Formats: sequence, C-alpha cells, structure tokens
Amino acid sequence: MIKIADAQRREPWVSTANPCHQCRPLGAMVAFQGVEGCVPFLHGSQGCATYMRRYLISHFREPVDIASSSVSEKEAVLGGGPSLRKGLRNVTEKYGAKVVGLATTCLTETTGEDLGMLVHEWDKEVLEHPLDAGNPEVVKVSCPSYDGTHMDGFHGATRALVEHFAEPTAPHGGVALFPNFVSPADLRHLRELVQAFGLGATLVPDYSERLDGPALDEMPLMSAGGTTMDQMRALPGSRMAVEFGRTIAPRISATSYLGEAWKVPVRNLGLPIGIRETDAFAALLEEVSGRETPAILQMERGRLIDACVDAHKYLSGRTAVVFGDEDMVVGLVAFLTEIGVKTTLAASGGKSGNLASEIDRVTRSFLEEPPRVLSDSDFRDVEDCVESQQADFFLGHAKGYKLSRRRDVPLVRVGFPLHDRFGGQRMLHVGWRGALNLLDTIVNAILEKRQDDSPVGYSYL
Amino acid sequence: MGTDSISVFAERKGQILVAGSGQESISCDKQSLSGAVSQRACVFCGARVVLYPIADALHLVHGPIGCAAYTWDIRGALSSGPELHRMSFSTDMREREVIFGAEKKLERSLRELIAKYQPRGAFVYSTCVAGVIGDDIEAVCKRVEADVGIPVIAVQSEGFKGNKRAGYSAACKAIDRLVGTGDTTGIGPLSINILGDFNLAGEIWLIRQYYEKMGLQVVANVTGDGRVDDIRKSHGAKLNVVQCSGATMELARYMKEKHGVPFLRVSYFGIEDMAESLYAVARHFQDVDWQVMEKARRIVAEELSTLVPEMKELKKRLQGKTAAIYVGGAFKAFSLIKAFRHLGVKVTLVGSQTGTEEDYREIQQVCDPGTVIVDDTNPLELGAFLRDNDVDILVGGVKERPIAYKLGLGFCDHNHERKLALEGFLGMRNFAREVAATVESPIWKLVPRRIGRTTANTPLSTETVNRRMP
Repeated sequence: MIKIADAQRREPWVSTANPCHQCRPLGAMVAFQGVEGCVPFLHGSQGCATYMRRYLISHFREPVDIASSSVSEKEAVLGGGPSLRKGLRNVTEKYGAKVVGLATTCLTETTGEDLGMLVHEWDKEVLEHPLDAGNPEVVKVSCPSYDGTHMDGFHGATRALVEHFAEPTAPHGGVALFPNFVSPADLRHLRELVQAFGLGATLVPDYSERLDGPALDEMPLMSAGGTTMDQMRALPGSRMAVEFGRTIAPRISATSYLGEAWKVPVRNLGLPIGIRETDAFAALLEEVSGRETPAILQMERGRLIDACVDAHKYLSGRTAVVFGDEDMVVGLVAFLTEIGVKTTLAASGGKSGNLASEIDRVTRSFLEEPPRVLSDSDFRDVEDCVESQQADFFLGHAKGYKLSRRRDVPLVRVGFPLHDRFGGQRMLHVGWRGALNLLDTIVNAILEKRQDDSPVGYSYL
Repeated sequence: MGTDSISVFAERKGQILVAGSGQESISCDKQSLSGAVSQRACVFCGARVVLYPIADALHLVHGPIGCAAYTWDIRGALSSGPELHRMSFSTDMREREVIFGAEKKLERSLRELIAKYQPRGAFVYSTCVAGVIGDDIEAVCKRVEADVGIPVIAVQSEGFKGNKRAGYSAACKAIDRLVGTGDTTGIGPLSINILGDFNLAGEIWLIRQYYEKMGLQVVANVTGDGRVDDIRKSHGAKLNVVQCSGATMELARYMKEKHGVPFLRVSYFGIEDMAESLYAVARHFQDVDWQVMEKARRIVAEELSTLVPEMKELKKRLQGKTAAIYVGGAFKAFSLIKAFRHLGVKVTLVGSQTGTEEDYREIQQVCDPGTVIVDDTNPLELGAFLRDNDVDILVGGVKERPIAYKLGLGFCDHNHERKLALEGFLGMRNFAREVAATVESPIWKLVPRRIGRTTANTPLSTETVNRRMP
C-alpha cells in the first residue's frame, strides 16, 4: 500500500522510515499479559519474543515473559507442530500456565501453519493424557505481522479471549469493559470509575497489576493479577458491554462478538480522554446504574474545567502535531480542541480507515475545518508535513523524540511506548482526572519552553 | 552450591554446571528450547547488531515492520560523522506482497532511499518472511548496485535459520564482500583494524586513542563508528585486533585466508585485559618498531597511576559483596570475572547466551569453585538463582534488569544499550563507580527480600515527637 503523500512532495515514499507503530503480535502479547495465569506465547522464530520483551520491558520496567516455539529451519519446512506441542507442555509444567495466549507471527502465517488444527490436536492429546499440572486453556489468535498493526493484535487477542471463554451465564448485573491499549494506571482508574457508580466491572484485558506490580521477595513463576477465567466465562451475563475505541474493526471487536453471539447490550465509545469523551462515559454509567455521578467525581470534573479556564490564555492559539495509536490520537485531538489548541496534523501508523472521519466527529462542533490527518504513516511522513505545518509542541509517544529534537519543538509524552522517560506505566490519560494530568503536563511544557526561550527569565508566569 | 535449587527444565540440565564439581563439559550452541523464555534472539538480530554501527550505510530491513521497528536506534553505537544508521528503514511488507512477492517493492525502496540519503553502501537484511516467500534479494541488490555505483549487499539473515551466532556469520559474510574493494594507498607498516567493537558510549574512540598514541595507524573500525570506504580498504592493514568472542572472528579468519592479514584476540574490559591487549599488539609490531612497546607501557603506567588508588578506595567499600553475570558473549564474562576480583566482589553465577564449549571450559578455570555456570538461561532459572543466593548485583542486558529490580537487587547494564563507556581504563573506573553506586543504594535495606536481614526495615518510632523550645 502506498502511503498518503504530502502535498509538497511529488512522489509518495515506497519504503517506511522510522515507524510510528509496531507489528501485530506485540499487541496480542500485551493483551495476554492481562489474563490471570496466562503465559503469552509466540509461534515463530525466537527473535520475535525477545525483541518484543525488550520493547515492552523498556516501557513498563517490569519483567515481561513471552514464550516462543523457537521455530527453526527444519520446523519452517516440515511444520512447527511438534515444537509447538513441546512448548505448550513446557510452559504448563514449568510456569504453571493455566492459560496460554498463543499468537502466530509472520513466519508461521507465511509457512501456512494451521493453528486451529494444531491446537485441536494438542487439546485432544492432553485430554487423553492429562498433564500433571492440569491442562491449560489455549487461546489462539492469528497475527500476520504484514497485515495491520500492534493494535489489531491487541484487539484480536482480546476478542479471542472472550470467544474462547464465554459461556451461558445468568444475568449478573456487571459491566464488561474493553478498555483498549491504555496504561496500567488508566486501567485502575477505569475500574474505580465504574465501581463509583456501584457497578461491578470486568476489564478485559487487565494488566494493571502484572505490568505494574509491587517489589517482591520471590520471583513468582508468573506475575500475579489479571482478568480471571471465571470472569471471562461470565461475560455473556453482563448487563452491558462497553468498548473504548472509535476505530476498531467489527471483526476484531469483543463487543461485536458479545452483541451478536450472546445478545449482550453493547455500547462503543471513544477512549474517555478529555472532557466530552469522559462525559459520555459518565453519562452511560449514570444510565446503566440509575445513579447520578457521585459528588467526588463531579468535583473532579469541576476542578478540570476550572483548570482549563485558568490555563486558557497559555493555550489559546497554540498548535500541536499529534501522533500515536488511532484511538489515542482521536481522544487527544478531542481534548486539545476543547482547550483551544489547534491540531495541525494528526498522524498514526494505524490504517483502520476511520481515523479522519472520527477526528472530524470529535472536532466538528468546535472547528470549522477538521485537522489534517495522516493514516498508515511513519515519522518521515510526519516530518515531511511538519516542514509546512506549524507546531508549538508534539503530543505523542516517545518515538517522536528524534523529530522533536531536530525541530527544537517540545514533545509532550503520552501513550506507548515511553522508552526515554520514567513512569510510562503510571501515566494517567483517561477520565477527568487523566485529562487534568494531561492539561498540567501540556501547560507546563509550554511554560517551560517559554521560560527557557525568554531573555528575561520571568519568575512568575 | 549445586544446581538443584534452580528449577531447571530437565532438557536444560546439560547446559548448567558448577565450577570445581568434577563435571567437565557443558552443552551449548543448542537451539533454544521451545516454551522457555530464552534471552536469546535470532539470526536477524545477530546480523543487525554487528552491521548496525556502520554509520554511512543504508540499512534496509526487507520484511514486515516489526524487525525494523524493534531495532530503530536500539544501540548506543555512536558516530563521529554521519548518523544514517540511527534511522529505521523497512520495506514494510504487506499481505499482497507476501503473496505475490516483494522484490519490486524492495527495488523501488532501495532506489528511492539511495537517491534521498546518498549512503556510501547499502545492506539489505532478509527476514523470516522474505526467506519463506523466496524473494531473490541477491538479484535485486546486484541490479541496483550496477546502476547506483555503491556496494549494495544482501544479508542472509532470515530469523529462523539458526541463532544469533548465525547472524554474526551472515554479517561477517556481508562485510567480507566489502573488504578488498578499496584502494590501500597510504597504509603504512604500523597499521591495524579494530574488529568487534561497536563504539557503545564512544568506547572505540577511547581504544583508538590508545593505539594511535602507540604510533599505530587505524585503518578501519569494524564496525563501531564504521565507514564503508574504510572497510573497503581494510585489507591493507597489517593486523586485525579482534574483540568480542563471536561477532567478528569469522571476518578475521576470512581476511587472514584471503588477504593474509593476521589477527589477535583481545578484550578491553578490565585492567589486565586492557593492558594485555595493548602489549599483545605492541609485541606483534616489535620487529617493525621497538618503540611501540615502550609507548604501550607508558600508556598503561600513566592510566594506572590514577586508576589504582581509586580502585583501592572502591574495593574497601565493595569487599565481600556478591555478583551474578549473565551476558551475551563469553569473552565479556571472562573480563567481568577478573574485574570483579579487583573490586573484592565474589562472582557466584556466570552465564552467556552464545558461549562455546571451549569458552565454558575457560570460564570454569577462572572461576572460584562453587560458581554456577549456565548457557542460554531463562528468567525462571535466573530468578530462582537470585532468590536463593543473596546476590548484591546482576550484570546483564536490558531484559535481565527487571528481574533484578523486581527482586530488589542491584543491576549493571553491560549490553548494547549501555550509555556508559565500560571499555578501557576509563571504562574500568566507570564500571567500578557504577557497581558502587548501585550496591550502596539505601533502597536495598527496604526491599522485601531484606526483611529480617537488617534492622533498617523497621518503622521509625511511633512515639510522639518531643519538640523542644529553642
């Protein structure tokens, strides 16, 4: 696919330079981290697991175990079945895996491994000869790296989990929440928000503990935490299934499945970033619970609006270039629009095809003309555009640092990955509280730049 | 201690031994066990790390985006000039191309990138998918090379075709294609190439400076702060000085066979190894110029005059602490064992990802009895070992760091990503300081594993504060 060309450039680039996204299996590995007792497992060559572990560890600063079937030349030719079965046995017996989150890679997709059949054979084998440690549930997801991005892997794995575990369940009044790829701090806050309305919540996935856990005195076989199998089995009994993300394709959406197969009432909202997207989530929770937003949360919202008023002069007329995962970008642009920052370019490596229309939707009531949008793009595309666009700051993940440095434009770091800053896993983006955190961070970046660039060096700003 | 306390995979038993236990050999260079979380990487990774620092070359990854995304600016390999190596280029193969072949996209990508970035050479890395679909990368490279007038080299680095060592081999073969294609005019009799140093945190500049002070001409850095044109004429040098056990040995052997350039194996980590490296090189040139040795001695004496007193101070502080080492190559492990000895730190575990049987035999000889030696370990084993032994610091790469930190013990990054020079005499000082800075942090008194081992863990008094009037 040829990427969108910049108007200034005659020929579109064929190659990709300095990518803005990662490959599909990475997202699946993150989602599988969010299941209790689950070992994420890649059916592919050894390097994939090691590269992804390193990539995730540098962001979360936590041990991230990803097993691999270490496919070699022999298995690539003759089939990786034996190697896969051996691997499944090993992770069960040695790690005590209760769930194995199994994803293919570009290699095993291209060699044409039939994952469905391989897992079926494995299940049959252990049914006849059960493992001492108990047979694991093997949840499989197809992750051809040449199709889609890490976000497709994330959503695909989430849906695979729901499809695998969902069982007929009596209505239990809980809310099923599919939070999208957000930080552990976001996950904790989302659970807190739902519970504040007196509702039970099952988050899928929930890596808030496994990827942001406490100091330990003993290395567990597997980090504690995550959505339990029982919680996932009971999803069809949910009062409602809520999925965040405006760009998720129905075929990889967990709510599409729960709605179609189990007739669970479904609501798909944008990621609750900023004022109006969070208001929408709160309104939904009010509707489901029949309760008003609790006073303590209304106070948070009030404080946010108050802070936006206090900050409006610092922000008025400012411009930003935003990049990252599509749904994150939509949420960030929605918030920037609310606080008077003009987005001159919104870019993503994602290619759902919905980015431009969704950005239009969240900015329409505030802007006459929607921001410029680049889908399926990389940082070379962004840089080509930035030459002709104005930006007081960049808002996005840390891979934009090189661009920020070259242009001497501050980068306000949000999302994933944050490989060059501390505390990425604790960064709060969602809810009114998350918006306030974003506001403080953005305003302070602007003030810092203003102070640094000023010949006077004012003490009061 | 024995290996029993490590809950090893039965099939990995042969890959672990205890120094002085009578067990003589260790099995290694095996394919990683399926289902184990190996710290190893793939062929592509091995090739990519070796070629990566060549700063004025275009490095194009032919495959889906992952392989390029995860290796973008991944190493701290510095350049004194161009920085093309710090960009990430990929053909970003899509489903259509996997089905119909991606040679056209590769060719167009190569041509546009060479036109735009004007590199002095280009490396095209084959990945798993490129290998499986059978793209003829070699043919594309030849075609482009004929038109653009710079070397365009296919690197046979399909991830699944072996382990990291196979990647080193693929890289050496790629570099070998460059060697011997340049003009050697002006290269004198006192000349060397530096092999197997990647200029992490500017280390090769330090080492080059030592050699230049000895009166030697450094023709090519392979590959730290490397340049295509230097490598092309590197066969004119009179000696290859090779660091790092696996990465560039094969190239040194090729250069010996094809161009008659002899080689020496050295290590720049630690005091003895650094000094011995300079002496060994000086000895090689003794018959050409006896002053080289004299100059080498002067460098060592001068460096040691400031380093030794500081090391003594640090040793006082670190005496009795214990360390575990888990690094990529075994050569580095040797040097680290010796370096820790200078600091009074006892090494209780040594492991590598890619050591050979010979390497492990040598490691066993330099270790204290009882030291556990492992090949290609995994987080489970490593965690179990660190739990059972009150280790103060683990030396490893970025993937080991969270294991150490989660268990509340110190860590020193000794891998590609380090930002602190650890080679040379300066590197020894940096290493010693970093070990001390980590080991002496007060936080180790407050981590769970030290509960009961120290009184510092107890809460401060809950008695009301007795405020005094001034």
